[in-house]
Amino acid sequence: MASKVLQAIYTDDDILMEAVKSVRANKYHIEEVYTPFPVHGLDKAMGLKETRLAITAFLYGIVGLVVATAMMNFIMIEDWPQNIGGKPSFSFIENMPSFVPIMFELTVFFAAHLMVITFYMRSKLWPFKKAENPDLRTTDDRFLMEISVNEKNHKELTDLVYNSGATEIKLKDN
Amino acid sequence: MYKMSKNVQLTAIILMIVGAVGLIYSFVDTPSSVEEVKEMLANDHHGDEANTANAANADHVDDHDSHAEHVLTQLKNKPWTAIYTSSLFFFLLALGAFAFYAIQHASQAGWSPVLFRVMEGVSHYMLPGAVILIVIFIFSALNMNHLFIWMDPEIVANDSIISAKTGYLNIPFFFIRALIYIGGWILLSRVIINNSRKLDNNPDIRLHKKNFKLSAIFLVFFIVTESMMSWDWIMSIDTHWFSTLFGWYVFASMFVAGITAIALITIYLKKLGYMEFVNDSHIHDLAKFMFGMSIFWTYLWFSQFLLIWYSNIPEEIVYYAARIQDYKIPFFGMVAINFLFPLLILMNSDFKRINWIIVFSGITILVGHYLNFYVMIAPGTVGESWSIGIPEISSVLLIAGLFIFVVFNALGKVNLLPKNNPFLKESKNYHY
Repeated sequence: MASKVLQAIYTDDDILMEAVKSVRANKYHIEEVYTPFPVHGLDKAMGLKETRLAITAFLYGIVGLVVATAMMNFIMIEDWPQNIGGKPSFSFIENMPSFVPIMFELTVFFAAHLMVITFYMRSKLWPFKKAENPDLRTTDDRFLMEISVNEKNHKELTDLVYNSGATEIKLKDN
Repeated sequence: MYKMSKNVQLTAIILMIVGAVGLIYSFVDTPSSVEEVKEMLANDHHGDEANTANAANADHVDDHDSHAEHVLTQLKNKPWTAIYTSSLFFFLLALGAFAFYAIQHASQAGWSPVLFRVMEGVSHYMLPGAVILIVIFIFSALNMNHLFIWMDPEIVANDSIISAKTGYLNIPFFFIRALIYIGGWILLSRVIINNSRKLDNNPDIRLHKKNFKLSAIFLVFFIVTESMMSWDWIMSIDTHWFSTLFGWYVFASMFVAGITAIALITIYLKKLGYMEFVNDSHIHDLAKFMFGMSIFWTYLWFSQFLLIWYSNIPEEIVYYAARIQDYKIPFFGMVAINFLFPLLILMNSDFKRINWIIVFSGITILVGHYLNFYVMIAPGTVGESWSIGIPEISSVLLIAGLFIFVVFNALGKVNLLPKNNPFLKESKNYHY
């Protein structure tokens, strides 16, 4: 019984939140919670680390800005100098206002797309990936909490989870 | 319950006195004759004068005369421009804050009712602010100053472009419009605020519903009249020039300034312990609006600039030519203050909950948007003779003192936590 998990199913997100808090307060480790929809505040209640996706978005935005600047400089100034707005200065900085929309758009484009790709990679999602839910009903109307257990504590943990309002409790091999 | 403290009262009164003394001094100090201006110019250009002395001839002297006369009118306009800019800025700030408040009612926002009294307090400045503006307009109409060149019949007679616009730009119609805007804004704001206060003692849902309707009516009235106000009170200073998104541009500026004022006053009152019910999430939301509206302002600033810069039509480009030649530092400086600064400081989610960062960036946003108004008004009235000196600073102090006095006086008269608003519980428990 080295690596087993206890699966507790709940029918309501408020009850689930209270259960998560009580399990954490008793110093058990919650492996994962499966919910049919995002539950507000669940990440904080589970003690998950804050997402660093925002930082990557900022960095990707800077990459987009640099790419746009380099691209416009090469296309419009170096490779084939353009007379922009009747002001043939052939200098990047003097023509910069007309490149701002492109710089802005590519900043957004890079930040958005690369952030989505990062999110998929980080959550291990890709095409034809098999679903990981232990119970199909978590895609409909049930909430499932997975807690790692060992021989010593599975009795008292079961009691705790039962008292927290679980409708079903299962012990499963990992 | 909050009462205006002696300190706030004293600060406001000192600001007003210092500002008034400075402003009177700057009115007295303006040169009264062409001779004085010539002397000033001669002192300024001592080096130049020695070099060009040989080239002096009749033409040159003539040039000097007309130049000195030109500078004289600009310098006479300088204290007027200063007081007009700060009066207009603080009035529109209060109006922007009220528009924000009306949006809360019209959108039935659940997060904001705990901030209602602060928003109402800021909007109280609209009445005294409007009176000051009307007084300045009367002085302009009497030709005591030359803020609006189309008010001078001599100029209009010699200018075919302005004479073609006299159907709209004439003094009686200007005042009729101004009274309609101001009357509509102040009347609707007073009724809405009174309903919100009545709700405290009378838990009647009808008052809340009435405010929803009135706020929607106000917003429709506001967005039309605000746009026209921006043509009348700001764009007509550069009488030949026009821009079709000017109304939005002014709106963005006043809106972000109003939200910033709400945030600063809320943080101040919370610090003193009068607004315990305001939590981090409310402050966070106000900071998000400060951030978002700063970006929105930049978007409009750039939209206006890009099209005119790109098409390069002389009668349009003259507006930016004047600003980039003579106002380079405030013109580009305010874009940095109003865009780069909020972008980099307020982007971080955690920073939007740290009071001193919001206060710091809030004050810079207010300074930046004051400069925005200055750069919208001054090039058309004082031209290249501008400087940020005693007239400008003392006008800001005078009006800021009055603003603080009126707003905190209004805040001291009511309970800072509204009662019986149906969204009050949601707002108190608001959590981001």
